[in-house]
Amino acid sequence: MNERWANEIELEPERYELAADPVYQFELGELQRRDFFKVLGGGVLIVLALKDAIAQQESGGGGRRGGAPRPVEIGAWLHIAENGVVTAYTGKAEVGQNIRTSLTQAVAEELRAPVSAIKIVMGDTDLTPYDAGTFGSRTTPDMFPQLRKAAAAARETMLDLAAEQLKVERGSLLATNGKITHQPTKQSLSYGQLSKGQKLMKAIGEAPLAPSTQWQVAGKTLHKITGRDIVTGKHQYTPDIKLPGMLHGRVLRPSAFGATPASIDTLAAEKLPGVTIVRDGDFVGVTAPSQEAAARAVEAIRPEWKTTPQVSAKDLFEHLKKTPNPPGAAPAALTESLAAAHQKLERTYTIAYIAHAPLEPRAAVAEWKDGKLTVWTGTQRPFGVRGELAAAFRIPEPSVRVIVPDTGSGYGGKHTGEMAVEAARLAKAAGKPVKLVWTREEEFTWAYFRPAGVIDVTSGVNKDGVITAWDFHNYNSGNAGLRPVYAIQNQRNEFHRSDSPLRQGSYRALASTANHFAREVHIDELAASVKMNPLEFRLKNLKDERLRAVLEAAAKAFGWGKTKPASNHGFGIAGGFEKAGYVANCVEVAVDRASGRVKLVRIVTAFECGAIVNPDGLKNQVEGSVIQGIGGALFEAIDFADGKILNPRFSRYRVPRFSDTPKLETVLLDRKDLPSAGAGECPIVGLAPAVSGAIFDAVGVRLRSLPMIPNGLKA
Amino acid sequence: MKTIELQVNGAERRVETDADRSLLSVLRDDLDLTGAKYGCGEGQCGACTVLVDGRAVRSCLTLAAGAEGKQITTIEGLEQNGRLHPLQEAFLNVDAMQCGYCTAGMIMSGVGLLKKTPNPTEPEILRAMEGNMCRCGTYNRVVEAIQQAANSNKTAKGGAR
Repeated sequence: MNERWANEIELEPERYELAADPVYQFELGELQRRDFFKVLGGGVLIVLALKDAIAQQESGGGGRRGGAPRPVEIGAWLHIAENGVVTAYTGKAEVGQNIRTSLTQAVAEELRAPVSAIKIVMGDTDLTPYDAGTFGSRTTPDMFPQLRKAAAAARETMLDLAAEQLKVERGSLLATNGKITHQPTKQSLSYGQLSKGQKLMKAIGEAPLAPSTQWQVAGKTLHKITGRDIVTGKHQYTPDIKLPGMLHGRVLRPSAFGATPASIDTLAAEKLPGVTIVRDGDFVGVTAPSQEAAARAVEAIRPEWKTTPQVSAKDLFEHLKKTPNPPGAAPAALTESLAAAHQKLERTYTIAYIAHAPLEPRAAVAEWKDGKLTVWTGTQRPFGVRGELAAAFRIPEPSVRVIVPDTGSGYGGKHTGEMAVEAARLAKAAGKPVKLVWTREEEFTWAYFRPAGVIDVTSGVNKDGVITAWDFHNYNSGNAGLRPVYAIQNQRNEFHRSDSPLRQGSYRALASTANHFAREVHIDELAASVKMNPLEFRLKNLKDERLRAVLEAAAKAFGWGKTKPASNHGFGIAGGFEKAGYVANCVEVAVDRASGRVKLVRIVTAFECGAIVNPDGLKNQVEGSVIQGIGGALFEAIDFADGKILNPRFSRYRVPRFSDTPKLETVLLDRKDLPSAGAGECPIVGLAPAVSGAIFDAVGVRLRSLPMIPNGLKA
Repeated sequence: MKTIELQVNGAERRVETDADRSLLSVLRDDLDLTGAKYGCGEGQCGACTVLVDGRAVRSCLTLAAGAEGKQITTIEGLEQNGRLHPLQEAFLNVDAMQCGYCTAGMIMSGVGLLKKTPNPTEPEILRAMEGNMCRCGTYNRVVEAIQQAANSNKTAKGGAR
């Protein structure tokens, strides 16, 4: 655990979803003990608890709240069965970022066991050590070394046991391929024979780890471990789980955000065969023998809703600027340097709300059995969801088990567990297991969004192209990536909280995408104001060697400065830093002036995140971030009015498709001298500003709002 | 309730069910063939794609009763005698997936394309696949996998001659 991370967590107020009050306060037909929630559900407390839990967890200390101390004994993390099967345990969840594979590499590397012998149990609150959640790009910098240490300690234990059993010098033994071999006699004992399936109670300690320059399994491409199950349709996601006697659930959703029921007529719905109506406070749901029957039952309910007028998309940015903590007067040095600047620039950038739209919608299967609640659900925070369930049903956490099957993606959108709470409430009432799969419309409406934002930038540059003053204000979208990596003498960077009309929260790279967009587009504008090339201008103002390296690598692969774009084509470049990774993008666009269509022709991405664990897995992540970034850059935006989402389906909310995908070239810089960092977030931050720069280069139009061209380019 | 008789992956399957059930939910909930996924319910994402008489269709918009008398192939039916379909192999070779939720639909759309057009050009691949969505952004890898499968078919046929 480093202090920097603690600060980051503290500095990321845009994890709004973690600070929110619980969605439901059930009565459960019992006494109302609302004050219970004031203790356990309250926003600030949860965030503090989380920060504390992560800090404690990653430093190996004991958590006061939220989690348990990270166990020190090998057996909590790793088990070697008598038949040689190695099982590793982690509370992280696989949501497509391929950590089941990279963590397998971690274990194989240090244990010196074949990949095929290793199984990883993930995100099961009864089986895995406490984990605060799979977010913040923490798996690679934190869990990867944790499992390496556990595996190394297990390997050392195997060596000890073999020396004892064979009665030979420990130094004459070699651990390789799942067994210990006595070199002189070639006599060997398998790990299974040595462990006999017993739990390894020894403390992990500080066994020697292989340096990245000597990695045998890590550092090389390993195909996705679950690939075969996925291509044959065998892999079970949450919506694929079926329990005996299981019913299908559906929730009655209010007509708008904040709407409360004036009346709810369930008479017709109750008469439908096999249907149970569940009401608890404002929660109304049904269970039925099939999905279709559950949908019919919900449609048969006649609700009337009390609604209140709410801010709509057209008034959004004006609304967000009405913050309770506006910027104060600028420090004198900043004001003076702005006044003295050769060129002064004042610009506003805006960012729309967007949806994660994971292809697997939120889903949960809940079962109450023998006094215990078990919920299978796709979440990035299994232990967090266990806490939500325990609070909602007022039962102790050990009475709840959350199991996360490898999930159909999250992108920061699956940090909360309302689907689990809903399924559990329905199952409790029905007395049978219940599966609840949110519809696409529910997923678009009742999850949370990436925060919208307004960013005001005022800056000054001198004649030589040195940025001398920088005043940067982000309203609402967040704090991640707020500070520039550029060396600017006088600067102020502030985040201002606003009242958000929509429920908002974490999204891949948090506000770093918004802040990078505003900053990097502004940098282009400054470069243009002193007639400098965008790359040259960046390099002039940069001291950070790692960012320089990716910018130069991307420029080289792209041929930046070597060729001129064709007519109506343009080139753009941008770079950034997030979660210990460095990224730079070079983009070529083609603009059809008649139709306003903008086509991405090619994208070169250079990325560096320390020592590479799985080169092709990393490349896949980088490519995926870039493709996902295209949506938010060009056309994704949530439209809403009066508490209703107006485009809650894929036919009205455009995400990147095959035809939107350009030629991709990815350059990975492998820094074996640096610790490995995560890569799920950083590679998304540089794309949008690079595209904006390329469009400017093509047609001379500067686009300052995300998405840039929801309806094509009106040049 | 109604009895529906379906030919799924070469086997006869009978289901007693309501007439309004989609092919997707019957395959998943009644026949335990959960490879095809729900993603949108409006034929926009392609996660539910299966083959009906060799053509890729969106099973979320197809009534189960409407598929009676037709040959239905799901992702579970592609593997023959322990041998994967060349497109399944190609997906593994190029790691054309991240979370994998869209993969079955991608493969079924790709198999549908290759049945009709064994050697598709890149624009033909993009056209055929445009209705399949991958939120993780593996599109270029999927294109590469389809090209690889097409080439391996060519090689296999060439070798047999």
